[in-house]
Amino acid sequence: MKAFGRTPVNLNAARFPRGQVYLLPQRCKGCRICIQFCPQDVLQESHSANAKGYHYPEIAPGKENACIHCGFCALICPEFAIYTLEVET
Amino acid sequence: MTAAIVAEAHPLDAIIRADRMPHIWCPGCGIGIAMRCYAQAILESGISTERHIVVSGIGCSGRVAGYMALDSYHTTHGRAIPFATGMKLANPDLMVTVFSGDGDLAAIGGNHLIHAARRNVDIKVICVNNFNYGMTGGQFGPTTPIGARATTAPYGNPEQPFNLPSLLAAAGANYVSRWTTLHARQAKQDILTAFGKPGFAFIEILSPCPVGFGKSNGIDDGLEEMELYRARCVIADGVSHEDLGIDLRSDRPIYIGNFINRNLPPYQPIPPEALA
Amino acid sequence: MKGQRVLTGTHFMSGDHACAEGALAAGCGFFAGYPITPSTEIAELLARRMPEVAGVFVQMEDELGSMAAVLGASLAGARSMTATSGPGLSLMLENIGLGAMLEVPCVVVDVQRGSPSTGLPTMAGQSDVMQARWGSHGDYGIVAYAPSSPQEMFDLTILAFNAADRYRVPVLLLADEVVGHMVERVVIPPPDDLPRWERKRPAHPPNGPFSSFLAEDDDLVPPLAHAGEGYCVHFTGLTHDERGYPDMSAETHHRLVTRLVEKVRRSAEQVTRTEAYHLDDAEIAVISYGCTARSARRAVREARERGIRAGLLRLISLWPFPAAQVRELAHHARSFIVAEMNLGQMIREVERHTQCPARGVFHAGGAMIPPEAIFEAIQEAAS
Repeated sequence: MKAFGRTPVNLNAARFPRGQVYLLPQRCKGCRICIQFCPQDVLQESHSANAKGYHYPEIAPGKENACIHCGFCALICPEFAIYTLEVET
Repeated sequence: MTAAIVAEAHPLDAIIRADRMPHIWCPGCGIGIAMRCYAQAILESGISTERHIVVSGIGCSGRVAGYMALDSYHTTHGRAIPFATGMKLANPDLMVTVFSGDGDLAAIGGNHLIHAARRNVDIKVICVNNFNYGMTGGQFGPTTPIGARATTAPYGNPEQPFNLPSLLAAAGANYVSRWTTLHARQAKQDILTAFGKPGFAFIEILSPCPVGFGKSNGIDDGLEEMELYRARCVIADGVSHEDLGIDLRSDRPIYIGNFINRNLPPYQPIPPEALA
Repeated sequence: MKGQRVLTGTHFMSGDHACAEGALAAGCGFFAGYPITPSTEIAELLARRMPEVAGVFVQMEDELGSMAAVLGASLAGARSMTATSGPGLSLMLENIGLGAMLEVPCVVVDVQRGSPSTGLPTMAGQSDVMQARWGSHGDYGIVAYAPSSPQEMFDLTILAFNAADRYRVPVLLLADEVVGHMVERVVIPPPDDLPRWERKRPAHPPNGPFSSFLAEDDDLVPPLAHAGEGYCVHFTGLTHDERGYPDMSAETHHRLVTRLVEKVRRSAEQVTRTEAYHLDDAEIAVISYGCTARSARRAVREARERGIRAGLLRLISLWPFPAAQVRELAHHARSFIVAEMNLGQMIREVERHTQCPARGVFHAGGAMIPPEAIFEAIQEAAS
């Protein structure tokens, strides 16, 4: 008989990945898609602007350790301007 | 981490012409996302980048050819598909992908689109559908919803749009899907599937076009259109091809997913029986 | 299916078939076309013979697709060709322009018929000759040949492929329905006797993106890397720099387009072909090409028999226009007659280069200009 339920996660053993955000600010066009769709709300729009005048993202206060390296910002950025790498913990 | 680190290069720079970044597309335009899905799929395809060819037509989506670090061909309006057909038939070892827009592929290129589908030529077609002719400033095209505003439709578009999956089903297409730039994971995966499946594949990717379409039609920016996709997209399950039309402004669900997946033999210039 | 590319021997063959055999003998590996009278027989023969020699024949949905497919196949490394007539040539023009801009070697056969528009599908014309030169928008150079016999349909198709490959340019074969449909003796030599000019290829193995439009030689022809060889090329119809990247500047545009035109101009010595008949002491020079030249030759012979010092310069290549040969003629000939099956197209080139008015013997198309008409013009010129 096949069981279709999900295997329960053992919270004590489970490791959540941690990510480091990398930016190429000169490529950013301020579309804010990465900010909006980060599942951990890691990003916010910075006050700094690049040479074209666009406000690129920065890490929101208190969110320094919130990135789980899901890779969605990298996937969804139209400008090839942001990505994450896994941080060893 | 304490802060975002400023990087000199992006992991995908090896497969894009990084010396030409930033690209020309508007803030909030989704073409870059579609290109990224395609680039990622190439790297995961197990096919060397030397064998991957991209052919594009005219329009904003057609500019993708210029940004991919592959043998790339930016051809005439509507003629990317026959150009790609010639290339593939002359060298069947190549993995030839046509990357173009809704206007280039379905209006001026419409005839070539349906014949390539009918023949089941072994090329992959990625159609970025942003519901207008973006490059020339936002005129209506064959996928613009009826009543939508465009620069050549100041009183609202008087024409019914194509339902592309239905059109291609009627043309006998082998593999047809639709995703959006929000569904980037699925789009990338589907492009990868298409690489592994001989025959004609058509992957429509809905994309925001804030300047050409959104601005005149109540969608303020790319982000808002992505939210619209999030709210209204539904994976099609048992939906008839006739119901796969899209109207961004109405409350109907936008069906996405893989609609057609057959196993027709890919086009050969001579029928297999004659080769014996 | 095994077959021979070169059917060495003596044949009794139509011009269209001779053209197709010429393509095969030249190593043509790809044909994409659409049926149109009077060129359909070329497609029909290649449909049968291409699979025999492991080449590709595809009948596309229209002429626009055919020309696009020819360009793609050529850039993938195959010698590629299409065949059409006037209405199809009109449809192909945009992509011929792309071929000129991307510098794609390819051969376009136009078996001319009565034009304009649908015209006389089954009868000859020679009224596409200016369209062949100027048809696509913009400035560019083109090479074009005008066969006068089935034998020349064979020989000039081979020359067309050679010129296309050597100079990285689309080459037109401007035949006509008479030459295409007539049946005459065609001698096909052994394969080793067939001339072959190769494409200029990259000098080094792939090492990063390759500049497909960098012409460092005097002939202004850049080396061509094919798709799939690892050279990471970019080809665009937009104005581009030597790397092939779009460059929207007036300076780059002028430099690029000037090179495209000059490249073909410099090829003239190698690609030009003419035939002289009784020209050495000719006072009256008749200039003609294609099927009409056959009548012109007869008219000149008759004139000579009556003591008139007439001669025929038969243009075998139409573009680049054999200006040097015509100007040379102008030194000793005192009048010019141009016989062509249109209402005066190549006559403009003749007058331009001789700087003197020429007599025209014209017909809009549909019937061979009889030798008598040309002979009358010679007589008038002589009196």
